[in-house]
Order: sequence, then C-alpha cells, then structure tokens
Amino acid sequence: MSHGSGWITRRRLLRTTGLGAAAAATGLVSAPAALRAQGSAVKLGVLHPVSGALSYSGQQGRLGATIAIEEVNAAGGIKALGGAKIEPVLGDAQSTPEGGNAEVEKMNAAGVAAIVGGYASSICLTASQTAARYDLPYLVDVGVADNIVTRGLKNTFRFGPGFGVIAKTALDNLVTINDQAGKPAKTVMIVNEDSLFGSGLAKLLNAQLPERGFHVLETIPHPTPTRDFNNVVLKIKAQNPDLVIPANYYNEYVLLARTMQQQRVRPKGIYSVLGGAASSYKFVKEFPEAAQYIMDCNHWFDPRNPKALALKKKVDDRGEFYTYEVYMNYSCVLLLADALERAASAERPKIIAALESSMFSEQVMPYGPTKFVNGQNQGAAPVNTQVLGNDIQVIFPQAFATAKPVFPVPRA
Amino acid sequence: MSRPSTTQIFLVIAVLATVPLLTASNVVLNFLIVALLIALAGQGWNVLGGYGGQYSFGHAAFFGTGAYLTAILQTRYGVNAWGAFALGIMGGALIGAAIGAVTFRSGLRGSYFALVTLAFAEVLRILASVAPITGAGVGILIPLDLRPQAFQFQSRAPFYWIVLALVAGSLIIVHRIEQSRFGAWLVAVRENEDAASALGVDATRIKVAATAISAAITAAAGGFYAQYFLFIDSGIAFGPWISIEALLAPIVGGIGTAFGPLLGAFVVKALGELAKLATGDAPGLDLVIYGSVLVLIVAFAPRGIVGLLADLRSRIERLRSSVLQRAHG
Amino acid sequence: MLSPTILAPAILNGVLTGAVYALVALGLTLIYGVLHIINFAHGALLTATMFAAFFAHRLLGLDPYLAALVLTPLFFVLGYGLQRFVIGPAAHGDDRNVLLVTLGLAVVIENALLYAFRADTRTLNLGYAFDVVDFGIAFLAVPRVVAFGVALVVALLLWLILSLTDTGKAIRAVAKERLGAELSGIDVAHIFAVTFGLGTACLAVAACLLIPTYYVNPHVGNAFVLVAFTIVVLGGMGSVTGALLGGLFVGVVESLCGLYLGESLGQIGIFVMFILVLLFRPTGLFGARA
Repeated sequence: MSHGSGWITRRRLLRTTGLGAAAAATGLVSAPAALRAQGSAVKLGVLHPVSGALSYSGQQGRLGATIAIEEVNAAGGIKALGGAKIEPVLGDAQSTPEGGNAEVEKMNAAGVAAIVGGYASSICLTASQTAARYDLPYLVDVGVADNIVTRGLKNTFRFGPGFGVIAKTALDNLVTINDQAGKPAKTVMIVNEDSLFGSGLAKLLNAQLPERGFHVLETIPHPTPTRDFNNVVLKIKAQNPDLVIPANYYNEYVLLARTMQQQRVRPKGIYSVLGGAASSYKFVKEFPEAAQYIMDCNHWFDPRNPKALALKKKVDDRGEFYTYEVYMNYSCVLLLADALERAASAERPKIIAALESSMFSEQVMPYGPTKFVNGQNQGAAPVNTQVLGNDIQVIFPQAFATAKPVFPVPRA
Repeated sequence: MSRPSTTQIFLVIAVLATVPLLTASNVVLNFLIVALLIALAGQGWNVLGGYGGQYSFGHAAFFGTGAYLTAILQTRYGVNAWGAFALGIMGGALIGAAIGAVTFRSGLRGSYFALVTLAFAEVLRILASVAPITGAGVGILIPLDLRPQAFQFQSRAPFYWIVLALVAGSLIIVHRIEQSRFGAWLVAVRENEDAASALGVDATRIKVAATAISAAITAAAGGFYAQYFLFIDSGIAFGPWISIEALLAPIVGGIGTAFGPLLGAFVVKALGELAKLATGDAPGLDLVIYGSVLVLIVAFAPRGIVGLLADLRSRIERLRSSVLQRAHG
Repeated sequence: MLSPTILAPAILNGVLTGAVYALVALGLTLIYGVLHIINFAHGALLTATMFAAFFAHRLLGLDPYLAALVLTPLFFVLGYGLQRFVIGPAAHGDDRNVLLVTLGLAVVIENALLYAFRADTRTLNLGYAFDVVDFGIAFLAVPRVVAFGVALVVALLLWLILSLTDTGKAIRAVAKERLGAELSGIDVAHIFAVTFGLGTACLAVAACLLIPTYYVNPHVGNAFVLVAFTIVVLGGMGSVTGALLGGLFVGVVESLCGLYLGESLGQIGIFVMFILVLLFRPTGLFGARA
C-alpha cells in the first residue's frame, strides 16, 4: 500500500469542506472572497469518485491532481498572487452524480476558486451544472461525452478531447495505418461495452467503416461488468476477422484478451479505441504475452516531453501506474495555475475569462495549440499507441511517434 | 406517533417548509432535498412493504419508470415538463398494477415476491440500457432551461418546496389509508392473508391496488430526480441503489408507520454525512462506519426509529405514572 | 442461424460457468433454507474470499487449489462467528432486521476491503490458466473444467453432510420446523451458525476456483449476487439439488441468450426465465413451500 504521509494531511484538509458546510449551515454563505489577502492560499476543489465502482480511476485522478498541486506550490505558488499556495479541497463523488453534486455544493461553500475532476461523464454533467449556479469554473478531467460542452455553460472547460474527436481520429488513423501497411485488413469485428462511449463508438464505426473500405462482420455489445467472454471469443473465432476493435473498460478488456489467448484466437491486429487496458502499463506488466502488438487510440502523454517523463518517473517511484487519469488531471491543474497567474486573481469570473483566452503550452499532452471554443480545447486529440516489447510506444501521429506501427501482427 | 393525525402531519410539514427561509446554504438545502427524495421513494415502498407486508426488492422499476417517462416525454416528444412528470406518475402506477397483478395472481408471496420484483427491475434496467428510446448507454440529458414552466429553477428553494409538497402528499395518502377500510383490509391481508380471504377480503385486488399506489409515489420520486439532476441513465434510473435506499429508509425509520420513511431517510443520510466528516478522505472508511452504525441501529432499535421513540415515550409515561403514584399513594 | 460449431461450445461454456454460479448459490440456498434470510452480504463475502485466495498466492505462494484446503475451514469459522456473534444477536430473530444487518455488513465488508487494499484490479497470472483441454468440438480452459468438477464434488459432499450426519439432520430439522427442533433439544443458534459457516465455506471454494481466470477488486462479488439469488429461487430455496441444477441451467440460458441476443440484452434471459418459472411454479423447480 502506498498511501504515505500525503494522505494524512489530506484528512485535515477535508475538514475544510466539513467546516465550511457547518458554517454554511448556520446561515453564513461563504462567497468567494473578492479581495484575497496577499499570499493567502487559493482553494481548489479536487473531485473524484474515490469510492464505489469507479474508485480506481478516481484515485488515480486524485493522484495526478495532487502531484500537480504539490509541484506548483514547491515552485513558489501563484506568483501573480504573491506566491499564494494552492490548497486542495478533496471530495469523493462516490461514483454517483448525487455524490458529485453534494461535493460541489460543499466545495462552493468552502470558497474554492475552481473545481477539477469528475472523471465519469455522468458525474461531470451534473457537477458542472451545479457549479454553473455559482459561476464556479469547472475543469473536466476525462469525461468524454460531447454534451458536456454543448450546453452553453460558460463555466465548464474540457482540456482533453471529447468523444466525437476521439472516434473520428481513431477512424482516420486506422485507415492510414492500414493503408501504410498495404491494406491487410478488410474484415472487422467490434466488441464494445454498452454505455456511452462504447455504444456511441460502435455506432460511428458501423456508419463510417464501410465507406472507408472495411467490412464489419459483427458488432458485439456487452455490459460492464461481464463475467465471461467465452461466447464472444467463440464468435470471433468462427468469423475470423482481420481486425478486432474493442472499446471497453480495464477489467473486461483483460478478460477478453485472456480468453482470446486461451482460445488461440489471433487476428491480424487488435485496434482498440479508448481501450481500458490496451494502453495500460499495468496490463503490459501483468500479461505481457496477451498484450503484445495491441494498438490503442486513447488519451496519452507526449512521450517526447521531458516534463511528462519526469512525472512518469515520479509516479512509478511511488509504486503506482502511470495511467491516463494521472496525467490528464495533472494537466488540468497546471492549466488552472496558468489561468490564475494570468488572471492575477482568484475571483471566479476572472478565472473563467482567463481560461477562455488560454493559450496554455506548458502541458504534457500531445495536443495542438490550446484554444477553447465553447469550453472545449480545440487542440485536444488522442494518439495511437502500440504495445511493443515490454513498453507502450506512440505510433501515430508522426509528430509524437516513438516507434513505427507493427501491423499486421507477425505470425509466430 | 405511529398513527399521526392530520394536524400532526400539517405541523411537521409546516416546520420543514420554513427551512429555506432560515438558511441560504445550498449545502443544507441540497442535503435535505436528496433526503426528502429518498423519503418519498421510501414512503412508496412503505405502502406496499409496511402496510401491505409485501417486501419489494425492485422498487427501482417504478422509480425508473417515473424518471424515464419524465425525461423521454420532454426531450423526445416535446411534452411540457409538468405534464411529463404527471404522466410519469401515472406510468409508474400502471407498471405497479401490472407487476402486482401478474405476481399476486400467481400466488407469489414473501421472499419469492421480493426476488421477482428484483428480477422485474433488472429486466427494465437491461432494456433501458439497450433501447434507443432511452438513449441506451448514453442516457438522457434534459436540457437546461431555468424556468418554472420547465420544472427547473435557478434557486434550490422551489425544488425543496416541491419535493416537500410531494412528501406531504404521500403522508396524506398514507394517513387516508390508515383511516380507511382499504387500509384495514390491507393490514388484515398482511397479518394473515388466508384468514382475511376467509372473511371475504379480495386479497389479490387489495395487494394490486396497494402496489399501484406504492408505485405511483415512488415514480414521483423518480420524476423529481430527473428534473433535479437533469441526467439519467439505466443504472441511475433502474439500478439496485434506489431499490435499497427505498427500503432502507422505512425499515430504519419504522416500517408501517407514516413518519417512518421520513425519519429513516434523514437518519440514514445524516449518518452518511457524519461518517464522511469523521473520517476525512480515506476512501471507503466513511462507508465502513456507515455500515457499522446501520447494524448497530438495527441491533438497538429493532422496530426502527419510530419504535424507539414509542418505547422511549412509553417508558417516560410509566416513569411519570409511577412517580405520580408514589406521590399520591 | 448459428451452427453446431458455435452452439455446442456455447452450451459447454454455459455448463462450466453455471457450475461456479451453482457453488455461489449453494451457500445462499442453505442460508435461506435454514435461516430464512436473504443474505445480502453474500456478494461482499465472495469478494472477501477472493481477496483471501489472491493473497494466499501473492504472499504465501499457495496455488489457489491448495489454498482452498486452508481457506475453506477458515471461512467456515468466520461465517460461523459472523452469524453467531453479529447477525443473530443484532437481528433479535426478526427476519426483516436480518435483511438490514446483512445489508449493513455488505457495506462494511466491501468498503473495508476498499480501504485496506485500494481499488486496483488484481489478477493472478498462473501458468496453467491458459491451458486448454481439447474436446474436439471445443477448447475448454483447464481451470474452468476443474471448477466444474470441484463444484459437483462440493455439492455432493454437502448433500452427504445434510443426509447422513447428525449435524446435517439437525440442519434439516431446523429448516423444516424451527420451534419443533428447538423443543427437541437442538441448539438452534448453533445450527444457524453452522449453516452460515457452510455457506461461507462454499464461497471460499468458489473463490479459489474463480481466481485463476477471473480478477479481484472490492466490487467483484456484486456481479455474481443477482445471478445467485436467481438460481436460489429458481432451484427452490433450501434445495441443494435445486441450486446445482439451477446453476447449470442458468449458466446455459445465459450463454445461449448471450449468443442470440448479444451479451447486453442477453442478460435479460436469466431474469425473464426466472420470472416465468416463478409465475408457473411459485416454489421454484425443486422447492418445498413458499
């Protein structure tokens, strides 16, 4: 277990939401201080589902956010505010929208300048909406649902890509990779989890793959959790597609990959989109054979960026895995710190204005130039990775690639 | 306390109604709104489970029906939000009557009935997770439209008063049941169905009616949830969480009593918050405390909070009368 | 439609999966049959046993099949203690309160595991986990075939215990007529606890059989609970044969529905079939009275 002393101080810090709530309960509504004393801390709400079904992702997200906060503070805090430190106000969304909602209320009462996190789209949707009541800036860490940024809410910002962009990029890149390899793949089978991103992706792929010269043999949706993939793999085995496209969460992906290995099913390639495990160091470490050559189109860090690599080392040293929740939250906090510097204020409207005009470039993600339109960062995009050897390399686009794609999978 | 009069109900509601006037804190208001929502869902469960003696493990079926009808009618068919809400309640009642009719006519009782309701809720959940009309896996987002006509409000207070009004309505319904012949028949069926049948009570019809009423109340909670949070999906609408909350509140508060669900909902929710405050942010620890206290509550208050208060009251009564006796004797 | 090359393996897979479901349901049906309680904590207890099986390998190097020999008696004792000293006393003998107590316990166990071990999904990478037995029409994974065999053996053992031993007869007596059994001198509280212990012991075995091919995290048991409840009622509450046959049946239904309707919609097959069976045979396939 690697909690370390960091967790103990957090316990004290959560009391601020508790006390804030208690203070609020006596009728005193704490409004964000219009005038902040020089050098006094800026509170930042850090909201994640650290208990409940999404707890692993929530804890990873919290890790990324808190590391970023530590780094900002160690580097002297927000200089435009007299070296004010960022003070995290941690909240547990308990993997439900009601939980996230309640935490936003408490964070607002505690006087946070902004909130980062949410993770799941459903939590992000309700939490950002509640934050909008108070003009409280809300930075979505992961949640990919497109409608998060199409509601006309001025306070909601998303630094990472939305579902539509991810799906389109995945498709474009697949076509390119296939073309570059001499078009070995013609037939495809899709295995997707049946909630937001899985079913949305399957729909998009089914509409567009045929136009690009692919033949979708079958689309197999499945729930989360799924206890057994033997039948799914049976179908794959029977129809023998060139390419299998999975879109599901970690646990299901692991079961699928293991079952495929068990049943000796080896397509020409596995091209995952937003794969739960396909670009996961944990998966590669625990199942090196099953993980070989799997491609993914997913959130990833910029492998040529020294800061990203330094963060990876830091996380590895703590005994954790460097997962996407970590660096996406890390980026959001740095984005916010930058906005605070430019706004030179902890007032919510000013932070929102600073975010709207942000051109933040000190981040660790393989994105184009930062530009927010309706709260969505236009520069955000996923990249393609592949498991080669014992490592995960970026294979596409060229600007960030560290290896060439190996496709089709070499026959053993 | 277990059979309150209309006056007592009115007083409780009146006192609760003043809360938004006493505090501007949205933390408190949000907490109370969610607690009242659970109390409403729980009161629905209580009609069938408490008064009717038929425990349901699948009240999510009714909650979800109310929620989805409210959301779908608004977003896909342009029905006015209030109308959609009302239709959601009616839809819930219909589903309740249907499930009741099918199960009670087959003679299912007790644990078998409970698990069948669970199965129905799961069937609905799975259907909702794949059907296009419910948005399948994506869920339904009700667009932001902060106008009273659209059953949305800028401030939390109107939401509070509405859910409070719904709870008040459910209390009146339960009160009417307690006072009516229907209620007497229902309790008779609960206590001894065979004897009641022998006396001429149409047990099946009574139970089906109770299910319909129960479903309508819980469906109202579902519709309200949809309007308050503006987002639902199959797990939220039909998931086991609400089936559990809907039975937890009345059992903890006092099953088969009018105020039981209200008390139980407050206690359970407050317990969750206190546990969070006490443990800081180590994941899961607050829920360990929550679960433990729940077990302790059952151990020391087996008839729920209402039962506990009734015991307390009778103890005070006996103390008083023994003191008086000694004074006069 | 679907050819025999897919149908036959699908049915076989269903039978293998069903055997493990049956093992989980065995414990539940005993507990219901004797204590007349629906044990809401069953899923969380399964999670706990799976963590135990995982750590037995991780920390002690014990292969899960060997660990079963250690964990089964261990969890029997734990289950006994849980019923004797926590659930029984807290519930004051009231059935509905037992419901709440087991619910509370489920929350405590699951979150204690979360707090202690965090939310990471953990898996064991055992050498034989990827071995398959070639049955001609299908490749069947070795761990699953073993699981099937062991489940049958456990069911048989349980049946023998209930039929032949004194304790078993006492259990059946309490199940049939609690008051009468008490008046005959049977220590009902002890029997309740033994039954609960047997139920948890079954979970320990199931966990050791699952861990080679499955994963473990604090929420893993929940995926099996609803299916287990379904099997218990389907097979008839309190019937060991019912749980075994019900488990196999449900496994096959799940597999075939998944094949024809897709994995998502296919889940509905279990519950629809469950509802239908109950409507026409309210006491389940092999059950006694409601």
